[in-house]
Amino acid sequence: MATENTLRDLRGEVDRLLEGQQWAPAAVRLGELWYADSSLGTAGFVISGFEKLRDTIAMVPFRLAILRSFTVEPIVPLLRAEAFCFGIDLSVHVGDFNAYAQEILDSESSFYRFAPNAMILAIQTGDIAPDLGRDYAQLSEEAAKKAGQRVSDGLQLYMREFRTRSPAALIVHNLEQPTRLAFGVLDSQRPPSQAEVVRQVNRDLVSSAGQMRGVYVLDYDQLVARHGRLRWCDEHMWLTARLPLAADQMIHLAREWMRFLVPLSGKTAKALVVDLDNTLWGGVIGEDGMTGIKLSAEYPGAAYQALQRAMLDLTRKGILLAICSKNNPDDAREVLEKHPGMLLRTKHFAAMRISWNDKSQGLREIASELNIGIDSLAFVDDNPFEREQVRSFLPEVIVIDLPQDPLQYAAVIRDHPAFERLTLSAEDQQRTTFYAEQHERAQAEQKFQSKEDFYRFLEQEAEITPVTPATLARISQLTQKTNQFNLTTRRYAEPQISEMSANPACQVLSIRVRDRFGDHGLVGVSITRDEGETCEIDTFLLSCRVIGRTVETALLAHLSDQAIARGRKQLVGWFFPTKKNAPARDFYKQHGFDMARRNGDGALWVLGLAKQRIASPEWVKLVTGNGGNH
Amino acid sequence: MNVSDQIRTTASDIFGLPADKITLTSTPEVIDTWDSLQHLNLVLALQQKFDVRFAPEEIEQMTSIGDVIKLVESKVQATPS
Repeated sequence: MATENTLRDLRGEVDRLLEGQQWAPAAVRLGELWYADSSLGTAGFVISGFEKLRDTIAMVPFRLAILRSFTVEPIVPLLRAEAFCFGIDLSVHVGDFNAYAQEILDSESSFYRFAPNAMILAIQTGDIAPDLGRDYAQLSEEAAKKAGQRVSDGLQLYMREFRTRSPAALIVHNLEQPTRLAFGVLDSQRPPSQAEVVRQVNRDLVSSAGQMRGVYVLDYDQLVARHGRLRWCDEHMWLTARLPLAADQMIHLAREWMRFLVPLSGKTAKALVVDLDNTLWGGVIGEDGMTGIKLSAEYPGAAYQALQRAMLDLTRKGILLAICSKNNPDDAREVLEKHPGMLLRTKHFAAMRISWNDKSQGLREIASELNIGIDSLAFVDDNPFEREQVRSFLPEVIVIDLPQDPLQYAAVIRDHPAFERLTLSAEDQQRTTFYAEQHERAQAEQKFQSKEDFYRFLEQEAEITPVTPATLARISQLTQKTNQFNLTTRRYAEPQISEMSANPACQVLSIRVRDRFGDHGLVGVSITRDEGETCEIDTFLLSCRVIGRTVETALLAHLSDQAIARGRKQLVGWFFPTKKNAPARDFYKQHGFDMARRNGDGALWVLGLAKQRIASPEWVKLVTGNGGNH
Repeated sequence: MNVSDQIRTTASDIFGLPADKITLTSTPEVIDTWDSLQHLNLVLALQQKFDVRFAPEEIEQMTSIGDVIKLVESKVQATPS
């Protein structure tokens, strides 16, 4: 806990930096202040600080509606301060007290007009299902079962009605178990047990949410249990202000909400870059040697194994790992390959920079080698000097502070919202393997005299299919995550993709690429729309893993062939430049399109299909199928 | 910083006013932003800051910054730190 003097000094420094218009350093200090004291008072100061500088640094605006059965107002400032520290400028609309049902069912209600990006349905057992809480003992067996079913049906109805009225993401709290069971220790022997009825409602909720797009369950029961049921509630606050959380627990709910809002606003990390000495293991390899460093299943080495296990788990969510360390490369490699305590090995790291150079330089190189943006990197290092250096030179990087105690390291990684994912595709789980195969490709490429020979050797196969229920989530994910080879950078949530695929004038296609080294998975999306004689390319994107090997031409050729087959006379498409999509800038020009007009930074490109058609590269084998949806 | 200064800082954060505008005699009548919601926020912020709890009766009696300081001081002195 920071002392009052530290907090006062930090505030003074923030004021000075804001005064001197040093926006980026002011933002860093505001974050430091917030993590030193995440209280309501400090939230007010942090919010007003960020409001002064929000236009000067890259912030993602995000609109959140909270419909609720209890008082959430005091949690909102905590949430907004936390969001600012993650680069998210949150506008929050709070629904009327306990009016969530009417508001969801009324298309005219103010929260639909607010047009949120996401809605949180903040409810708890005591409010929406008193039968399952304090009144449970008085219910007959039959009535108890019915009460549970009624709650499940109600929640399903609200979710479905919301989904028909809004494309926004929906986050629903599940029900927390009562702190004290009505029948005490007898509960588990009574059919139906009170705890079991609540569990059943929660299972029903997960299964209803699973049938809808963009609906996510927040495990409120688990959250309350993690922090302790008895400590979670302040009975006085509950009875007088309808606030069910004690003052010191509110921040935990705000942070749990952030675990959804960070991935929804696209502020996720695609790769975690770690330091080695005193981060991945205890001690310094250059001084302590293979037998001296701390890394084992016992204390104190267990802390570092726990961190490695947390990192290994991240790879299963598609997050890449990389090393950036000031070290002698041979020493580091020996640990990676031979140390018996290592859970992570060379194959788990997609990139490594082990040298005596600046870490900001290493991070830049890693981002470029992995073909991801600097802002997609998270960086963890035990050394505050290195963290500070990266923060000042590369403010886009998500720098993660480590606490003094190494036993807490793993929890910091596991709790960080930048590593949360709301959906997981097959591609995500395979990503570390994809990158290992990519290394083999790069090595093979060097053996060939001409690019064409290399392309032939690759034996690429492109499978182009219309969207299916199974690929919808991945398609939406690609529109949200692809920054570089993306011509229009239009982001679509799953319900929007679903809507377009149902429109007969629209074609939503995905492309999967395989070659002799392996399967790249589903790596590209195109969305086209017919209007009169024109077919307009709304979206055209490919993962950076496959660009530059001519599959982009194969996909464009397919679009032009299809447009001709449907009787269209011209193929048109916008290019909107962003900070990151330079690789796609000349794409239309290179394929014979003419620029028809400009609109701001954007340009509309046109290809007359009567006289020109795009040839598909002979070395890409095209497989087209119907995805089962059209 | 003593308890009184910390409370004035917290109140200035919650009510969105400079700290020098918060005095012992500040009341909800004088401070426009001191409504029932901000009163709740002030109470919660003080609970967080000083790790104390207030009974509902005590919350109702916090009718000026002077009263708030007196109440918090009595609680902070009662708990050995």
